[in-house]
Amino acid sequence: MEPMAGEWTSAAHSMGTTIMAVEYNGGVILGADSRTTTGVYVANRASDKITQLTDNVYLCRSGSAADTQVVSDYVRYFLNQHTIQLGREATVKTAATLVKELAYQNKSFLQAGMIVAGWDKYDGGSVYAVPLGGTLLRLPFATGGSGSSYLYGFLDQAWRPQMSKDEAERFVVKSIALAIARDGASGGVVRTVTVNEHGVERNFFAGDKLPLFHEEIPPGRNSLLA
Amino acid sequence: MTKTTIDLPPKGGFSFDLCRRNAFLESQGTKMPKFRKTGTTIVGLIFKDGVILGADTRATEGEIVCDKNCEKIHYLAPNISCCGAGTAADTENVTDMVSSQLELHRYATGRDSRVVTALTMLKSHLFGYQGAVSAALVLGGVDVTGPHLHAVYPHGSTDTLPFATMGSGSLAAMAMFESRFKEGMTREEGIEVVCAAICAGIFNDLGSGSNVDLCVITKGGKEYLRNYQQPNPRSYTHSKGYHFTSGHTAILSSKIRALRNQVRVVEGDAMEEE
Repeated sequence: MEPMAGEWTSAAHSMGTTIMAVEYNGGVILGADSRTTTGVYVANRASDKITQLTDNVYLCRSGSAADTQVVSDYVRYFLNQHTIQLGREATVKTAATLVKELAYQNKSFLQAGMIVAGWDKYDGGSVYAVPLGGTLLRLPFATGGSGSSYLYGFLDQAWRPQMSKDEAERFVVKSIALAIARDGASGGVVRTVTVNEHGVERNFFAGDKLPLFHEEIPPGRNSLLA
Repeated sequence: MTKTTIDLPPKGGFSFDLCRRNAFLESQGTKMPKFRKTGTTIVGLIFKDGVILGADTRATEGEIVCDKNCEKIHYLAPNISCCGAGTAADTENVTDMVSSQLELHRYATGRDSRVVTALTMLKSHLFGYQGAVSAALVLGGVDVTGPHLHAVYPHGSTDTLPFATMGSGSLAAMAMFESRFKEGMTREEGIEVVCAAICAGIFNDLGSGSNVDLCVITKGGKEYLRNYQQPNPRSYTHSKGYHFTSGHTAILSSKIRALRNQVRVVEGDAMEEE
């Protein structure tokens, strides 16, 4: 390695990440941070890790940026064909199964932890986790990425079924903010996507809108300028 | 029972067989040749009327500067350009390849190329080679859907951004962008910011140096400004030039030999000039 080129110039683009999806009364809410790293350098501080698969199904991506982008492109393409052939919008289960199929059959080549979530008229809002290895798990809520380690305890204690839309969104934003506070590989802004029978709504929470926790300095009172 | 064999179609992508051989040779003491890399600072930003791409012009082989004025802004289409960082051979060849594919695509579709087409071609190729093609690119252009700017990484992932930097000087350049970038800048403002970012890389990164190249792409066309800024002029030459009168160097021995006479064809036919 040349002395002048840092490790970040050759490290793979990875999404350290905190991603999650929860079912609420009427649909699902997906949430993610926005930090993409190459080594210790933040390559993109405003990335969008919630990718659209169909009008009613979205995918949260964590792990290798390249691997998850390729998987989501393939699944979007397959679902597009499937929708045309089927004559109806695809179900969340179908989308999740396609993601699982790619993840499982190529498990030795891929480093991709994904969460598939959406709404269809048969199952309502559904969340499916597809972690490394290619397991497919339907869950009421799922979380992934390096920041998820810091959330398990909080989620076990705080999650309740059948939350309202606003409650659920606040819950997702609070969780991602907690993970960002403790995980170096997660950061930036919090993006949320709400999917229900009425359609899709995208939201964006910049740093100053996020809840503050123990010993965090409020925005505006910047210690460097004080 | 018949024995069934399944003939799989040949899988594309890189064959890593020779890598084992190279590793073995290296362990036996063979010195591997150094790659020509473009240490590099490359940047791109979106301004009011389109996209501005910028690059430095230093190419290195290990610690030596092998080219003080190379071109890192590559042509992809009349409305699309691409800056390349990483192994020079990889960036040159992958951009040439995609440029050809885009031209064929234009003939087939009868339309001007779109930036996302170039992006998909690049990312598919790079992903297939699993990072072995060491090309980190800043792709920018203006098509019917508007101005676009993308960062492409060697493993095949891409980012879509309003401003992007790549290469060993990317941190210095990003620092300039983060403090100076505004949305909807004019052409002059945009050029100023891009030059500042490239100069930050030139002066603070050992892998980048020499001059600033720019490429301004708008709906109206592409303007390639080669050596827009030259902040490292060759000012160390002697004003009187270098001239050594005879006697400066001691002559140890001399041997004078006449050049051979011109060859005349005496037999047979002289080679025909076309």
